Amino acid sequence: MTENRAFGRILDRANRADPYPLYAELRKTPVTLQEDGSYVVSTYREIVALLHDPRISSDRRNLDESFAAREPGVSGQPPAFIALDPPDHDRLRRLAMRHFGPPGTPDRVESMRPELAAIVTGLIDALAGRERADLVETVAYPFPVTVICRLLGVPREDEPKFHGWSTEIVETIGPGEDDMAERQRRRDRATGALGDYLGDLADARLGDPGDDLLSGLLAGGGEQGGMSRAEVVTTATLLLVAGHETTVNLIANGMLTLLRHPETLERLRHEPDLVYGTVEELLRYEPPVHFPATRVALDDITVGDTTIPRGAPIVLALAAGNRDPDYVSAPERFDPCREANQHLGFGGGIHYCFGAPLARLETQVALGELARRLRNPRAVADPPPYRPSSSLRGPRRLVVDFDGVRPTR
Amino acid sequence: MRVVVDLTRCQGYGQCVFMAPEVFSMTGAEALAYDPEPSEAQRGHVLRAAAACPVQALHVDHVGAPEPDHEPGPHPAPDGDDFKRTGRIVIVGASLAGMRAAAVLRREGFAGSLTMIGDEPGEPYDRPPLSKQVLTGQVPARNTVLPPLAGLGAEWLCGVPATGLDLDRRRVRLADGRDIGFDRLLIATGTRARPWPDAAEAALDGVVTLRTAEDATRLRRRLTGAGRVLVIGAGFTGSEIASVCRHLGRPVTVAERGAAPLVGALGGVIGAVAADLQRAHGVDLRCGVSVTALEGDGGRLRRARLSDGDTIEVDLAVAALGAVRNVEWLEGSGLAAGPWGVACDAGCRVFDINGLVTDDVFAAGDVARLPHPVYEYQFLTLEHWGNAVAQAEVAAHNMVSGQTRRWPHLALPVFWSSQFGVDIKSVGVPTFADEVMITQGTVEEHRFVAVYGYRGRITAAVTFDQGMWLEFYQGLIEQAAPFPPEFRTVDRPEATSPVPAEVPDRVAASHGATVVVTGHDPAERRAWLVHRSR
Ligand SMILES: Cc1cc2nc3c(=O)[nH]c(=O)nc-3n(C[C@H](O)[C@H](O)[C@H](O)COP(=O)(O)OP(=O)(O)OC[C@H]3O[C@@H](n4cnc5c(N)ncnc54)[C@H](O)[C@@H]3O)c2cc1C
Ligand code: SF4
Repeated sequence: MTENRAFGRILDRANRADPYPLYAELRKTPVTLQEDGSYVVSTYREIVALLHDPRISSDRRNLDESFAAREPGVSGQPPAFIALDPPDHDRLRRLAMRHFGPPGTPDRVESMRPELAAIVTGLIDALAGRERADLVETVAYPFPVTVICRLLGVPREDEPKFHGWSTEIVETIGPGEDDMAERQRRRDRATGALGDYLGDLADARLGDPGDDLLSGLLAGGGEQGGMSRAEVVTTATLLLVAGHETTVNLIANGMLTLLRHPETLERLRHEPDLVYGTVEELLRYEPPVHFPATRVALDDITVGDTTIPRGAPIVLALAAGNRDPDYVSAPERFDPCREANQHLGFGGGIHYCFGAPLARLETQVALGELARRLRNPRAVADPPPYRPSSSLRGPRRLVVDFDGVRPTR
Repeated sequence: MRVVVDLTRCQGYGQCVFMAPEVFSMTGAEALAYDPEPSEAQRGHVLRAAAACPVQALHVDHVGAPEPDHEPGPHPAPDGDDFKRTGRIVIVGASLAGMRAAAVLRREGFAGSLTMIGDEPGEPYDRPPLSKQVLTGQVPARNTVLPPLAGLGAEWLCGVPATGLDLDRRRVRLADGRDIGFDRLLIATGTRARPWPDAAEAALDGVVTLRTAEDATRLRRRLTGAGRVLVIGAGFTGSEIASVCRHLGRPVTVAERGAAPLVGALGGVIGAVAADLQRAHGVDLRCGVSVTALEGDGGRLRRARLSDGDTIEVDLAVAALGAVRNVEWLEGSGLAAGPWGVACDAGCRVFDINGLVTDDVFAAGDVARLPHPVYEYQFLTLEHWGNAVAQAEVAAHNMVSGQTRRWPHLALPVFWSSQFGVDIKSVGVPTFADEVMITQGTVEEHRFVAVYGYRGRITAAVTFDQGMWLEFYQGLIEQAAPFPPEFRTVDRPEATSPVPAEVPDRVAASHGATVVVTGHDPAERRAWLVHRSR
């Protein structure tokens, strides 16, 4: 294996604003072995193959004993379904899906469109009279938080309570086995606290169910059985955190990309349907998740000319795969009309992002409205400051100047 | 508007259902059903769904894979060019394979005259929905029309069958006496339903088959009744019809001569799982039983007699006995066309009766029979949607490409079926097997992966509601990976080991025609096709 040091530099915060040249460097070695013993896979075909490879586990308990952080932590919670394999993964995901999408409630997400539009409209209305705003603080963050709270049945006014735990959870996620044990401890503490909060909420909901997801999780799936209280709590924790943290980044990354491509921003004002292709292209070009949860090889797996040994951690560099020139032509070009865009923005295989339909819808609505209503928006600082995580990458702030807000139609 | 989902590619992510819940639905954990002709009001939703599909399996207003941008190549074969400008291509059979071939011909720059000959009235349509969402009443049969090939510049001769082929004069004869000349010909006449063998019984009111849109409309109407339905034959079509009966709450008896449903396609081991699935859904399944007679009163079907001595009262019997290839029009043409299909090479060039390859006649789709290198060059007919599309693309490409730029049709067969809320998929040739082994999931829950092996090598895989793993197993087949697979996977059953696959004898249905060879000298030795009375 040739020496490829790009990955370490990608993790370095100094390179958060533009990791893409480093991804190009990384792809020169499709599979690289890191000093911490993990294998990083960076080319499109190889990533897709591994996402569909049953010899790959999402359960860290399968890591080789030499990895200290292979045991789940002290949060007292069982792993959420993203950290499990079939059949447990399938069972829990199916139970959660019953109240979120097909086959049980196929129109749940789509039926939220008017409500979502109203939320965004309200947030943008509040910008009237201003000429400068941080779009993360005013739109990209409050919008998905409001939506996931409503969907899950979490009081919106509790946001200050769970905000800190949620931030702690996402900032401790990501590749790198060296400090994994320490990060896992921090994450466990936050997960435990958030779990206690959601557990109390769930207990209260037991006697007084609503049409929210939390009530649905508690109700279980009839013939398919139900979830234990602990499973309800971990699932709700996962949905609350993943349900907004990634969408904030997708919307913020999206707006930043549009500010860098004013011609697309302008077209969106007149061609509302363009937003669908735009969001798919954003998921390829500036995805919110650069590294999904680390996978584990259940057996020796040969990828190209590298054999990943059984028990080794595997990092899938989705954002590098998305710009692999062997998979997509002109990968460095942002093209909202790109045909047959099979990006890795939401991963793939059985762990394909559970909340993808909601994240899509939210981003379509948010970007469409921002493009229509902000007059002549310009980024005040480009690049903007970024959040620390290399995995869940997005701007911390996105301050823009604009010449006022157009009225709603 | 028109929608086709390439269910061969679809992995059941359900993203389309979220985006357009009125057009797409899941009938189980993974099985997708959809309305192929949603109203214009749904266009926005459908386009969003098409954009969101993670494997881009959704085609709006066109069929088949997205057009690759590297074709046509920079160096067209010298002999190809003239033909591309002024040649005459005739396609007989205007359905899935024929339509796809026509589109690819134009994509590859064929600017000459293109004639489509089809015996069905009306526009070409897609068949898989006919035994699924059309029978359940979710969509009318007329909604399965394939996306039109606008701007194709083809001449359409529809509602009139081809009745003969004169290779020397390069002309196709039509039933109405017309005679159409060609330079190159594509045979894509597919198959038809094998009728109930007793003509008088087959004529009873209440005895039907299912192959065409018209059949589906008629069957749908009859399924709204209340009496017991008899399905004769538990292949994929028969099983899907039985599934719809149960979905509609109708009592149904399935009579299958073999040991289990789907046994001809998937072998006895997985067939037993299918049997379990049917019974769990309330099907009165009789295996190892054949229907000996259908009886009626005043021309109306009343009862069926079974080989186990039983008699059942039924008012509807569906003969699902498999397919007959539409080759009669090729009789006397000198091509290797018979009940086994139209034999061709891996480049879709049809063999003549002596086994010599022709250069101007091609075949694709259900009617074609070709050697597959992965399966020891045995000749296979693959009556699958995905094969019709893939093979039509290869055939069309080769029709306008010079010798050195031709493609072999090496795609592994992939098939799907949805029945009793379960999505069944297969890759490879499951009957090309001596052993089978469950590698993932649980058979009892009807959620598993079965891998087939032949002489120590993986030859096929079948999934029940586990379609996302199929490509991995496809890779193993393509690499001739060893069987039994010994690697560790997620969800691996505790005690699993290979068992005999119980595959029925793989003899082709060659009844009705035989080849005899005459002559001694190599220059005079010839094969002759002899038709026996059927
Ligand atoms: C009810 C049903 C359900 C199915 N479900 C599935 C499924 O779930 N999955 C799957 O993979 N596959 C399925 N299939 C199979 C799939 O539909 C076929 O593989 C596909 O239709 C083959 O296309 P084709 O163009 O080769 O042949 P066909 O669709 O049979 O078309 C041949 C055409 O040629 C016409 N023709 C025949 N003779 C002449 C002549 N002499 N002159 C002019 N025209 C002629 C025919 O009328 C027909 O229109 C199903 C088929 C049916 C009938
Ligand atoms: S793979 Fe595509 S077509 Fe299939 S269910 Fe998912 S979104 Fe729909």
